[in-house]
Amino acid sequence: MTAVTAPGAPTADPARNITRTLVIGLVLMAAALPFLVGKSGVISNFTFLQLSLMIVYAIAVLGLNLLTGFNGQISLGHGAFFAVGAYTAAVLIETYGVNYWLTLPVAAVLCFVIGYLFGLPALRLEGHYLALATFGLAIAVPQMLKYKHLEPITNGVMGINLMKPDAPFGLALSSDQWMFLVVLIVAVAMFWAARNLLNSRPGRAMIAIRDNTLAAGTMGIDTSRYKATVFGISALYVGIAGALHAIIFEFVSPDSFRFELSIAILVGAVVGGVASLPGAIIGGVFVQFIEKYADAMTKKLTQAIHLPLELQPWTLYGITLIVLIYVMPGGIAGGLAALWARFRRRA
Amino acid sequence: MAPLLEVSGLKAYYGATEALHGLSFALEKGGITTLLGANGAGKTTTLRAISGLVKRDGRITFDGEAIDRAATEDIARRGVAHVPEGRGTFTGLSVEENLKIASYGRRDKSGVKRDLDLVFSYFPRLKERLNQQAGTLSGGEQQMLAISRALMLSPRLMLLDEPSFGLAPLIVQEIFHIMRRINAEAGVSMLLVEQNAALALDLADTAYVLETGTVVMSGPAAQLKNDEGIRKSYLGY
Repeated sequence: MTAVTAPGAPTADPARNITRTLVIGLVLMAAALPFLVGKSGVISNFTFLQLSLMIVYAIAVLGLNLLTGFNGQISLGHGAFFAVGAYTAAVLIETYGVNYWLTLPVAAVLCFVIGYLFGLPALRLEGHYLALATFGLAIAVPQMLKYKHLEPITNGVMGINLMKPDAPFGLALSSDQWMFLVVLIVAVAMFWAARNLLNSRPGRAMIAIRDNTLAAGTMGIDTSRYKATVFGISALYVGIAGALHAIIFEFVSPDSFRFELSIAILVGAVVGGVASLPGAIIGGVFVQFIEKYADAMTKKLTQAIHLPLELQPWTLYGITLIVLIYVMPGGIAGGLAALWARFRRRA
Repeated sequence: MAPLLEVSGLKAYYGATEALHGLSFALEKGGITTLLGANGAGKTTTLRAISGLVKRDGRITFDGEAIDRAATEDIARRGVAHVPEGRGTFTGLSVEENLKIASYGRRDKSGVKRDLDLVFSYFPRLKERLNQQAGTLSGGEQQMLAISRALMLSPRLMLLDEPSFGLAPLIVQEIFHIMRRINAEAGVSMLLVEQNAALALDLADTAYVLETGTVVMSGPAAQLKNDEGIRKSYLGY
């Protein structure tokens, strides 16, 4: 009975406390990393950029996870919101000289509004149809960015070049190290917000809609409004990820945000683990890792085992994906959890 | 006294297909009414039409107010609790969260607490399983949860869609016994759809028989139970 009357009461669950300590410890260690490395070059600026990109994709995967994993709506078009966020940041910084921090809330609001408005008609669509409609969005947005009459703003196919911001307050950090910190801070805030959302009433309503939309309606939940709002929030997350990407990558162009990006975010969500917050981090790492190394790894593998045929760059990606989905249908996060449960039963 | 629920000329559609062809019936306050009929007669559709879960046409008044244009969530908040076919468990949430979901729209905190105690008094087993993930409950427990969730809306009318479906006879007996108590003690009126006609006619006071989307017979449950045609078609003896 007490559990019901006092929902906010702290729980004495030791496993949860360990997890919390672990997460805080890891974040603090990550945050200390740039300061420890400093100008020594033990970890290169390029590696910091790679780490930042992983975190950026983790935010995007988290955004899609809120929609797909926790609300049951599928999207093959979230790359579009990533693009909108990225261009918002690029245009504001380059054309209007806005501080890069301020571009984040603007990208967030803009993507929320677009996501919400797109989510409204999309309510009538379910499953395959929603997938197709969102896919259309992913196809259309890069083309719209190339549109002639938008060129004064978007600079057409040429895209927009940016300058990475320097570390403020005379901190002895490189731009890449500083932006790693920025991205980390934003990511922590976004994950914290997502966790709190999911533990709140609206969060439980989101999950109820995923589990059984009709029953959720008969429980007095306004399912339409919820679905559109979650679409907006999901787009907001991806938009912020896009804005961060533009800032740290110092470049946006329509072809950076082709539909492959939408697929990559979805793959990241599924591989990491649908409806899992840690899964979103794993998914982010996977998206960046694959994009960067699938090509090189395929070549290396071809040489290493003296294959008689030449493997195409994405072969390894495909094989990895098939193996992962068969071995760990619950994503990597789900697979690890299952392994851990088995280990504990044995022990 | 005006009936609690009055349905007249109700039509319902799945896409372009008309599934109900002008159904009319009424439900007295405090009563238990059952809808009988073969598969495809439109029983489930009737409940869904009342809750606004399917496209509908016609007149539905609940406690004197028209609800035929209201949204599903509005109808629920007015006190019509739908216990859906297949139980509609929110499998990813705990038992406690399933129960809480229903009370989101309510402002009366003391009332919510009272209803929770009421739920536990009817289904003490749910209290034991409060933190369990609802998807891991047995079928019978999930049906208990579905009814409890409906109770948490503090309803005046409960729409029950095949509460006996797929459950062992002993569990069904237990659940029907508690439904009778809920009706008598909490004063919740019920509209019951059942394949098991004998069970339904035992519990209900009024019955309507549906055939392909229209009412073909109605009357006091006790009377229908002794009707030869009903016996042959639905009771099987």
